[in-house]
Amino acid sequence: MGNVSTVPKESPLRRVLGSFLVPYIIMLVVEGMPLLYLELAVGQRMRQGSIGAWRTVSPYLSGVGVASVVVSFFLCMYYNVVNAWAFWYLFHSFQDPLPWSVCPLNGNRTGYIEECEKASSTQYFWYRKTLNISPSIQESGAVQWEPALCLILAWLVVYLCILRGTESTGRVVYFTALLPYCVLIIYLVRGLTLHGATNGLAYMFTPKMEQLANPKAWINAATQIFFSLGLGFGSLIAFASYNEPSNNCQKHAIIVSIINSSTSIFASIVTFSIYGFKATFNYESCLNKVILLLTNSFDLEDGFLTANNLEQVKDYLASAYPSKYSEVFPQIKNCSLETELETAVQGTGLAFIVYTEAIKNMEVSQLWSVLYFFMLLLLGIGSMLGNTAAILTPLTDSKVISSYLPKEAISGLVCLANCAIGMLFTMEAGSYWFDIFNDYAATLSLLLIVLAETVAVCYLYGLSRFESDLKAMTGRALNWYWKAMWGGVSPLLIISLFIFYLSDYISTGTLRYQAWDAAQGQLVTKDYPPHALAVIGLLVAASTMCIPLGALGTLITRRLKRGDTAPVA
Amino acid sequence: MTWMDPREVFLRNLHPAFYSTCNNLHCTWDSFECIGLHGQDAENAFKVRLSIRTALGDKAYAWDANEEYLFKAMVAFSMRKVPNRETTEISHVLLCNVTQRVSFWFVVTDPSRNHTLPAVEVQSAIRMNRNRINNAFFLNDQTLEFLRIPSTLAPPTDPSVPIWIIIFGVIFCIVLVATMLLIISGIRQHRRKNKGPSEMEDSEDKCENVITIENGIPCDPLDMKGGHINDAFVTEDERLTPL
Repeated sequence: MGNVSTVPKESPLRRVLGSFLVPYIIMLVVEGMPLLYLELAVGQRMRQGSIGAWRTVSPYLSGVGVASVVVSFFLCMYYNVVNAWAFWYLFHSFQDPLPWSVCPLNGNRTGYIEECEKASSTQYFWYRKTLNISPSIQESGAVQWEPALCLILAWLVVYLCILRGTESTGRVVYFTALLPYCVLIIYLVRGLTLHGATNGLAYMFTPKMEQLANPKAWINAATQIFFSLGLGFGSLIAFASYNEPSNNCQKHAIIVSIINSSTSIFASIVTFSIYGFKATFNYESCLNKVILLLTNSFDLEDGFLTANNLEQVKDYLASAYPSKYSEVFPQIKNCSLETELETAVQGTGLAFIVYTEAIKNMEVSQLWSVLYFFMLLLLGIGSMLGNTAAILTPLTDSKVISSYLPKEAISGLVCLANCAIGMLFTMEAGSYWFDIFNDYAATLSLLLIVLAETVAVCYLYGLSRFESDLKAMTGRALNWYWKAMWGGVSPLLIISLFIFYLSDYISTGTLRYQAWDAAQGQLVTKDYPPHALAVIGLLVAASTMCIPLGALGTLITRRLKRGDTAPVA
Repeated sequence: MTWMDPREVFLRNLHPAFYSTCNNLHCTWDSFECIGLHGQDAENAFKVRLSIRTALGDKAYAWDANEEYLFKAMVAFSMRKVPNRETTEISHVLLCNVTQRVSFWFVVTDPSRNHTLPAVEVQSAIRMNRNRINNAFFLNDQTLEFLRIPSTLAPPTDPSVPIWIIIFGVIFCIVLVATMLLIISGIRQHRRKNKGPSEMEDSEDKCENVITIENGIPCDPLDMKGGHINDAFVTEDERLTPL
């Protein structure tokens, strides 16, 4: 179980709150488990990193391994910024009161800063204090030294863990994978005892039929399965290559995917109970604001208006004082618990905001904040270890590089290069670039890579040949379920997902992003400028083009060799 | 209520002509017709809003004439701290239109009761003594509101060195030291490995440890270290018959 349990665990940030159970479980059984088993089996059989493994499967497939490495490289570049932000919040959690729970005062100390008044204090702390975000992606601004320091620290921690190679990484990952469970259990107990937690849980467990019909839910579930299991990154193959050949990878694949999904569901329960608490709290403060507004406007007795009689009193006031009521009416917000619960959570920024907003309302908020960000860091560093292992394994396997430089130096150089590139994400517009990488660097490419892998093993290498290999290696026959999945269902599903993504992009036309408007105190939608679109295209092309280019390269070298040997014969 | 409505007193002294048109507690202050405050006087009046039940819950007290007397005393006290206004009496503070909310308007007149004190003076006086007024009623800035008088918010305590930098420094140093230790021990291990095989090559009575590699899997060299010599198979020279 040792090496296989070092599956890179995805942070709760990826556990998008809109993930519904039904698509999730179906996608897990149909996509997750078969593909996980496939990758582990390939790694264990070929006993090489992703590049070498796929070259062994078929020489035309060396591009698949390279594509995995390129995707992992992109992921390494941008993912550690999340750890940097988690460090920033962790260090700021040791203050009383928490810096994101109060708005800072304005110049003459008569009120709060305007941006903070319009938005909330947690949003202000995230957008202004942490990111110092610029109004649009074109205005890059300067590198912020505070997140830059945190990024350097994050890379130093990653370097410390991967310094001694994958064997030591295995030991570290025990720690980073098991400790978050303890924190999750603590949070579960705390979360379930919060006021309003049941609202969130009820929301999570009631299946919404209209949402199931929406393909977006299925796409999100599939993408989440991909990311949380780490399919297509090459790290699974790298880790499995260290296994004994007789290792029962089928059992491990099933166990790992079940553990992974139960962790996801467990984390979702915690998340939704905290989310329900936050939504209930916001709903009640919204109600209180409306009550205060009406009480002040009509000079009603203090305490007379409550949540129960609000509607009747509103009707009475509308009929008794129509002119005055119509003056006040535009300011009365319609408070609804449903809308609070449905506030779409997108992007890593909102995940930071949602949790910090819930934490600031708990008692002993410093403790909860420290625990939460510590857990986030553990999960994030664990994910980074998997990603860097996916890059380092081919580098250290290649004899050219490893003859010149020792392992430590290679790891150091990789970390240094990624840290330097990561400084881009600490600029004022860095968060927008981060969103670009987050949305486009891995999603489409992973689908293609996994599709190529499945097709390669089933049709290029031959399903019967692979089956006999596995039988010879592990001594167990291949179940018909795996054969059906690998051969038919999974590739079809991936192709349909791919078509959905493309049709979604084509129907919306240009790509848009959410920019923070400081004057209004909220997010506004803007179009990407041409150079950002070019970067997006480059990101997707860089990894996906490796597959056909690799095949083309092998074809050309073979033709050249045949051309060389022909005259001799 | 048996107390004399201060507006009545005010009106009788100030604008007797308007007194008859006013109906004590039900006039609206929006137009100020009732009390005859025009122009400058209207601007010098401030609305006060109390939320006693919100602040104190079960321990809320009822707002009655005595509380109003205390309020007038606090306002007079604040005005007395202003230079040139040390002679302000409680009777110079007038309250009007007390609603159930509890909210009311107040205005401070000068000793001659002919005109009202300018709003700026009243504003600054209240701001200076806001804390004591709040404490007299067990309320705070949010539950005892003076509309149009902004309160001064408490500045946050800013330590000279931000706390987060201290914690960052500590963790950074720990990680750096750990990394250095690992690198140094790795270099030492490397050097020991390099010295080790060179020592073994010098000695001739050790057998060659050639590691053969077949198909990428190293074969274990057959060396004497792991084995035991089975005496039954040792060939003794005496067994063989000499030629």
